[in-house]
Amino acid sequence: MSIATPGRTLGQEPEADVPGPASVVTAPPPARHRRPWLGYAVMPVLLGLVCLALYAWLQSKQLDSIERRLVNSHDIREGVVEHVKLTVVSTFFVILIAVPLGILLTRSFAKWVTPGVIGLANIGQMVPSIGVLVILALIWTIGFRPAVVALVAYAVLPVLRNTMVGLQQVDRNVIEAGRGMGMTKRRVLTRIELPLAVPVILAGVRTALVINVGAATLATFVNAGGLGDIISGGLSTSRNTVIVTGAVLTAVLALFVDWVGGIVEDLLRPKGL
Amino acid sequence: MANPMIRLEGVTKRYPGQDRPAVDHIDLDIPEGEIVIFVGPSGCGKTTLMKMINRLIEPTEGRIFIQGEDVTGVNPDQLRRRIGYVIQQIGLFPHMTIGDNIATVPKMLGWDRSRIDKRIDELLELVGLEASFRSRYPKQLSGGQRQRVGVARALAVDPPVMLMDEPFGAIDPITRDRLQNEFLRLQAEIRKTIVFVTHDIDEAIKMGDRIAILREGAKIAQYDTPKHILSAPADAFVADFVGAGASLKRLNLSRVRDVALSQWPTVPVGTHPEAALAVLRQSDRGSLLLLDAQNRPFRWVTARDIDRDDIPLDQAGMAPEAIVEPHATLQDALNQMLDSSHGAAVVVDGQGAYLGAVDFATVALAIQDMRREARDQLRAEAVELSDTGGIATS
Repeated sequence: MSIATPGRTLGQEPEADVPGPASVVTAPPPARHRRPWLGYAVMPVLLGLVCLALYAWLQSKQLDSIERRLVNSHDIREGVVEHVKLTVVSTFFVILIAVPLGILLTRSFAKWVTPGVIGLANIGQMVPSIGVLVILALIWTIGFRPAVVALVAYAVLPVLRNTMVGLQQVDRNVIEAGRGMGMTKRRVLTRIELPLAVPVILAGVRTALVINVGAATLATFVNAGGLGDIISGGLSTSRNTVIVTGAVLTAVLALFVDWVGGIVEDLLRPKGL
Repeated sequence: MANPMIRLEGVTKRYPGQDRPAVDHIDLDIPEGEIVIFVGPSGCGKTTLMKMINRLIEPTEGRIFIQGEDVTGVNPDQLRRRIGYVIQQIGLFPHMTIGDNIATVPKMLGWDRSRIDKRIDELLELVGLEASFRSRYPKQLSGGQRQRVGVARALAVDPPVMLMDEPFGAIDPITRDRLQNEFLRLQAEIRKTIVFVTHDIDEAIKMGDRIAILREGAKIAQYDTPKHILSAPADAFVADFVGAGASLKRLNLSRVRDVALSQWPTVPVGTHPEAALAVLRQSDRGSLLLLDAQNRPFRWVTARDIDRDDIPLDQAGMAPEAIVEPHATLQDALNQMLDSSHGAAVVVDGQGAYLGAVDFATVALAIQDMRREARDQLRAEAVELSDTGGIATS
């Protein structure tokens, strides 16, 4: 895998034998206790300060007409909304595809197809998103839908891999105890395996979200909007102020999404772990 | 055994690609209310054999009966809910409270909430945990406490049969000893039929009413009570597996009350020193035991203590030591005896009154008796077999 995934890497989680070439797995945060409420406030405050600084910096500059046309509150608001929509919708489909697939691939009857599917997901992440977008634009259409398809292809791997690893790292003794007490396979999956895999699966989802915030800047090239509009507008008109504004906003959005993901992770992590 | 709780008939397990079966035509009757231990070297198939009883591993051939019912064809999930199951790592569900862990099987059987709650309280009390444990999570418990929860969970719906796969294997030796004793006390109360797998022959001897010693391919080398296995191993494999210390282990199974005690010279407190000396001289012992008014051991005195003029006899010598009660094992008594400075352990009754002593002669006699008894029994069985035309295979 050539592209570094943001977030933490999993080193020596027990029995984290990932099939296929995948090597980097996003680990759930090591913190076993919920953060104090004050801890949750740090990130949004920081991001607010960054936005304020950006605003002050733009105010201090004499913007020319091109810059004013590209950087204004209406377009920024629209860009952010489109960007969030792209991210959320594509992540939704990623979860819809990757989690059930991950469950299927870890069942004993699917052992023989697992390497193939993992390979496919790897290809999805290795092929540049921009290439996927261009191909989709040529053979299908432009706009929101091809952008979502490209983002889904790109972000399936981390969730798929984390779902599989999360299920595989569940203590075999716990599963055997459940089977030995007469739990059906389905009950073992829903009552034991999935709850115990939730932290690892959510870590993968969080990674997918952040990846998608970054990759969604490319959606501008198929006319799907988002903050990419601002960045590419700045690039084509050689206005550095505009480029910086778009890039900073994208970074702030990525960090904010990651922060929300962290809170969800903490809320959904089963007690007792 | 007229009505065994569990009966295995020709149970066999073959794995594809292996020319020798992992378990080869086992016939075994497990009587109700007993702990039967499967013991043997690793890889002998003892765990496989046990897991075929609740069909976590499906037998390739053969039949399994529980309470007379052929369970080889019933729904395995339903079957397992009727059989308690405890494994080495306990396997508590880490994301569920102790109460929810215990409630696993009752919930599947559709018990109502109040009945489950009542049962959880009962079980926690039974295994010696406070009721407050029910809302804790497994990681907040010590290894010993988890083990007890594991037993409580297996007992949740009061199954007549329990399977235990090295249940004390992952626990430190001191806690293990305590839990084993606790479990034996519990078993005396609940009288379950228990199949217990271990690789530790000492644990087998301690816990088992009967022991099945398995050799490779899960062939039963000997199936008998611990006493007989220790006194009369069926063949070289069993003798080898039981190990060199068989006689010492055997002592663990005999109680002081079962052997003829040696007598020790005693005099009541207040006896004149001259008279005491006379009693000591008449015996072949080096010391004399003074008894108090209730006949309890009071002082050990030697001839030199009696001769002393400076202190009265009842203050001379040493305070009594190495005192055991009749229910102590011979091994305990032997241990006490070796530690004492007089070469004997004093046996007293429940009120502390002197009964006799255990010394080397007592132990040696006891071991001889055990051997003779075992030999006689084997001979009797051989005669019985040849009378009925059977063939003594072992």
